[in-house]
Amino acid sequence: MSHSQPSYVRTQMAEPLPPPGNTTGVVAWMRANLFSSIGNTILTFLGIALIIWTVIPAYGFLIGNAVFTDPEGLRGEACRFEGVGACWIFIQARFNFFIYGFYPSDEIWRINLMFIIGIILLIPLLVPKVPFTRVAAILFFGVYPFVAYFLMYGGVFGLDVVPTRNWGGLTLTLIISLIGIIASLPLGILLALGRQSKLPIIKGFCVAFIELWRAVPLITVLFMASVMFPLFMPQGTNPDVLLRAIIGIVLFESAYMAEVVRGGLQAIPSGQREAASALGLSKLKTTALIVMPQALKHVIPGIVNTFIALFKDTTLVSIIGIFELLNAVRAAGSDIAWQFPTDAVTGYVFAGFVFWIFCFGMSRYSIYMEDRLHTGHRR
Amino acid sequence: MTDVTDKRSGKPARSGIDASLFYNPTARGIVYQGALLIGVVMLIWWLQSNAATNLAALGRSTGFNFLNQTAGFNIGFSLLPFDRTSTYLDVYLVGILNTLLVAVIGIILATMLGFVIGIARLSPNFLIRKLAAAYVEIMRNMPLLLQLFFWYFLALNALPGVRQSYELPLGAVLNQRGLYLPLLQSDDRFLILLGVFVVAVIGAILWRRRQIRKMEEKGERRPVLLPMLGIILIPTIIVYFIAQVPVAFSVPELTGFNYTGGFVVPPELTALVVGLVVYTAAFIAEIVRAGIQAVNYGQVEAASALGLKDSDRLRLVVIPQALRIIIPPLTSQYLNLTKNSSLGAAIAFPELVNVFMGTAINQSGRAVEIVGLTMAVYLTFSLITSLFMNWYNSRVALVER
Repeated sequence: MSHSQPSYVRTQMAEPLPPPGNTTGVVAWMRANLFSSIGNTILTFLGIALIIWTVIPAYGFLIGNAVFTDPEGLRGEACRFEGVGACWIFIQARFNFFIYGFYPSDEIWRINLMFIIGIILLIPLLVPKVPFTRVAAILFFGVYPFVAYFLMYGGVFGLDVVPTRNWGGLTLTLIISLIGIIASLPLGILLALGRQSKLPIIKGFCVAFIELWRAVPLITVLFMASVMFPLFMPQGTNPDVLLRAIIGIVLFESAYMAEVVRGGLQAIPSGQREAASALGLSKLKTTALIVMPQALKHVIPGIVNTFIALFKDTTLVSIIGIFELLNAVRAAGSDIAWQFPTDAVTGYVFAGFVFWIFCFGMSRYSIYMEDRLHTGHRR
Repeated sequence: MTDVTDKRSGKPARSGIDASLFYNPTARGIVYQGALLIGVVMLIWWLQSNAATNLAALGRSTGFNFLNQTAGFNIGFSLLPFDRTSTYLDVYLVGILNTLLVAVIGIILATMLGFVIGIARLSPNFLIRKLAAAYVEIMRNMPLLLQLFFWYFLALNALPGVRQSYELPLGAVLNQRGLYLPLLQSDDRFLILLGVFVVAVIGAILWRRRQIRKMEEKGERRPVLLPMLGIILIPTIIVYFIAQVPVAFSVPELTGFNYTGGFVVPPELTALVVGLVVYTAAFIAEIVRAGIQAVNYGQVEAASALGLKDSDRLRLVVIPQALRIIIPPLTSQYLNLTKNSSLGAAIAFPELVNVFMGTAINQSGRAVEIVGLTMAVYLTFSLITSLFMNWYNSRVALVER
């Protein structure tokens, strides 16, 4: 069967036309995103100027004019010339001090062991697909603090005692912030529940406690812990400075944590509570099994934000003479052997980078967990 | 008969016999609260008795009478006249004023920078958007104290010496010793000018209200901005020329080895303000971005369907709704900034914590009283902020069906 085709109908497909030049490719992207209007073009050039103005000096300081090696063992001398950038050999040489503080170098394996155990326990807690989450949680929150304490402080199994004044560096920053968060979460939950309570005295006490701590700056709390705390203790007892600082931080953070948890509690519809009591659950069980798990899931980002703030705030203990990371960096910079024009800035850049890595990592992790945990609450 | 009515009223037949006191919520509540109250009272009593013994052993007296004693030390930067003969009360006031000064300057600058960066994060321009995001992520994730140390180091070391000072516009000068600003100098007649100006501003605001009411009544546009400027400027300028108010600026000038004249901002204050502004602006930017993004896009579309032009759409529809979301967290950032100004103690700026909780405690030994007074100041700031927030929240609360 052959069709007689009209001669004006094509027998072959026409060659496809190229796409319009201004909708694809780099040029089109730039036109849409960078030069879409006169104002935008000006902004783009301003942005480029800003990048040139910041990135080139930063590159010169961090890499171009930086000192990376010290083959002759000159120490501070190697960085003592005009126009020197960052002095990375300083960081290299004092790296152990920044991480471990004044901890005796023969005993550093104890800190490393503590870190390794901590990381092994944290992996099942943080990575969703790894099994043994429950076991790891019990070990991490119930057993690990004691193991870590005895590893750090010693005094058992023939380990030498290392007094807390020798603790320092990043280790101490991590210790303070971990104790702070682990201890302030349960306290915060109790305070938040107390604030929701119908009993006027309990509610009043919790509100007063929370608002008082939230109103004052952390630095005054630390001053108070260092100056006033000994006055209020029985005569003769003189608690460790670090312990006093940690108590101050825990009380301070628990007030913030209470507000975060309260936000979560208020987000739970009252129907949940009613349904639980219709099932015959007691008040305690309703709170522990129905309300709290949902509330805490809601506020994971808030808890992580509090933790990030706490992690940054640990730097304030340097003001009462504790050698956490920032103070260790400052102390190393005032060492005579390491005096050079950029000693302070090199140290600050290093410390800033370490803090940034931790905080940025945590905030990204929290976003990831939020996405994973949201079970249809968000559209 | 009475028995029957009781049963009819449907009250549960609870008496001491068939319901255990243990399961009675009221009784439980009383027990819990009593336990807490006794615990707190005992704790306070224990702490107080310890403190009394310790203070007695140290031979220190207590009370607030030390506030009238001579402090005997000097303060580097003070808005009030202050010298070695001033009292502890003066120290307290100077500290509060310096804290407030940092807070006010910091809040104004951080708001401006924060709004610019927050809006830049929503810019259609790829480069600007990414730069703003980078700024926020870098600044938010580094401790404020570290940033303050950094800025203070720069203010002391990276700025030029006196002879190579940066000459800024309007005669201001920046060098290692501080920022020298021109200072307004005039006499009492300047107060008259200021009074006229304030009255004119109030008048302009009232006029604007009236104008807007009329616009709403008649549904036609009326000029607002230019007449307002006229109402403010014309009387001020007339008074300025009639009263011949002498207005002059004391400009910092290089004499010998240092600049004299003008208002000297010490490097500590500059570093503290820059650090606080740069840090807080990152948080404010996030608040602004979240607030603007939270306004449903349908609102913009509805506004354009009503025929509002671009600027009105933003001014009358988007911004009022965004502000409702932005203002509460913004006030808490302001409070944070005020509290963070206490970190000035670490870079030797004489704000409240530094001069009062630091130096004054060391000099007078009255730790308990001084800590109490200091905390009272911050508590007051916090209460004022939360009062404002409650007032604002009730004012802008959505009226729902």
